Amino acid sequence: MSDELRAAVAAGVLGSEDQYRALLQSIVDVARAIFKAKASSILLLDEEADELVFEAAADEASEALIGKRFPSSTGIAGFVLVSRQPLVIEDVLTDPRFSRETAESTGFVPKGLMAVPLLHEERVLGVLEVLDRPQDTKFTLAEMGLLGLFANQAAIALDLLQRARLAQAALKGEGDLGVVARVAESLERLRDEEDGSRETALRLLAELEKLL
Amino acid sequence: MSEELPAWSLSAEAVESIALPEEWPGQVTREWAWGGATGAGARVCVLDSGIETDHPLVGDVQKSVAISIEGDEVLVEDNDSAGDLCGHGTACAGVIRSLAPDCELVSVRVLGAGYTGSGAVLLEGLRWAIEQGYDVINMSLSTTKQKFASLLHELADTAYFRRTMLVASAHNMPVESYPWRFSSVISVGSHEQEDPFEYYYNPDPPVEFFARGVDVEVAWNGGGRLVCTGNSFATPHIAGIAALVLSKHPELTPFQLKSVLYLTATNVGGAK
Repeated sequence: MSDELRAAVAAGVLGSEDQYRALLQSIVDVARAIFKAKASSILLLDEEADELVFEAAADEASEALIGKRFPSSTGIAGFVLVSRQPLVIEDVLTDPRFSRETAESTGFVPKGLMAVPLLHEERVLGVLEVLDRPQDTKFTLAEMGLLGLFANQAAIALDLLQRARLAQAALKGEGDLGVVARVAESLERLRDEEDGSRETALRLLAELEKLL
Repeated sequence: MSEELPAWSLSAEAVESIALPEEWPGQVTREWAWGGATGAGARVCVLDSGIETDHPLVGDVQKSVAISIEGDEVLVEDNDSAGDLCGHGTACAGVIRSLAPDCELVSVRVLGAGYTGSGAVLLEGLRWAIEQGYDVINMSLSTTKQKFASLLHELADTAYFRRTMLVASAHNMPVESYPWRFSSVISVGSHEQEDPFEYYYNPDPPVEFFARGVDVEVAWNGGGRLVCTGNSFATPHIAGIAALVLSKHPELTPFQLKSVLYLTATNVGGAK
């Protein structure tokens, strides 16, 4: 990739991961405040590893949580992810198989949990959880609606974050799109060659573009 | 899946042959629909995370099957001993059992192998369940993958024509997901009331019925109980009532069953 192109793409991408992370953080902070909950977190699905990763958390132990990973079918978040159905549970401690280990390793064992899938178009990007809403108020469908609204916002933010990461990986020549960056780099190198290889490569790319 | 040839036309002499076995009363009441019924004879399948077999709120589970995919091959484990990998399937089964205590319950586990491939396993699990000819299939789950939509649609129609009633959880978020949006299934959302027999017909589909789905005490793994909210738990309420109706009137087609549920809904004739 030419230095100019690299700089232009970098300008659009660099820093944006931090911004999208801040947006996710703000979503969990607001969700926690609105539901008067003790904690809230966003888990991202890493499809390649088939794992859920904590991307944002609003609670006492939030810093330590970020980056922690769990199998994608673990516990209630895993069920919500796979079934695409939101779930509200009032007292998870009576559920012996609720991933207590998972919960304990996060340093926080909830009594109640709301979990909603983060859906963007046809993809499931992750799960938004709100833990320990006040037990003295009855849960209502209005709250379920509110949870859905937060989930939409979080899904859009997660989608942007993933795109920024893909672009960054491409800049570094990693990931699926890394090949595009490497091809661009090779084309730049061939610019001074006169054996026609650059033209052939460009023709091939034009055909590929048509195919796509 | 082989299909019986449908009757494409009705000749004059054939009119007698399709006389309906069911005598419908002038007014379809709940007493007529399921009065005295226990669910006996009705075969209900729970397509979910498995069912804990010895749970006091669930009782006997007649069969537990697990579906998985390896490469291009669909594997059906006929005697799945993994139980319930989450608790959700047990919760649905407990609701059905509480409404139709004598129905036959079958677990088809389509969850547990992680996220990857979950859509394909769901599809194959549904295909398998339809082939078995269950009266009711409870699906408190859905997929958002477009590539499965048309196949699921075909399966839902096949079920409908084979007298298998699919009861599926509606989504309460503005996304396209399946199979609940198809008209050949019964789609269920939640209301906030406490009566398990309270259900409403929705004149503004795609969600067709609302059933109890808020603060429902359900069975969970380890013989436990939880208080849960979600359309996941409204769905087995309708599945359980459908099992009751079918145990008393096994001849009913999905169209007729839907009509009975409509006529006996709380906001239609059920409150009378």
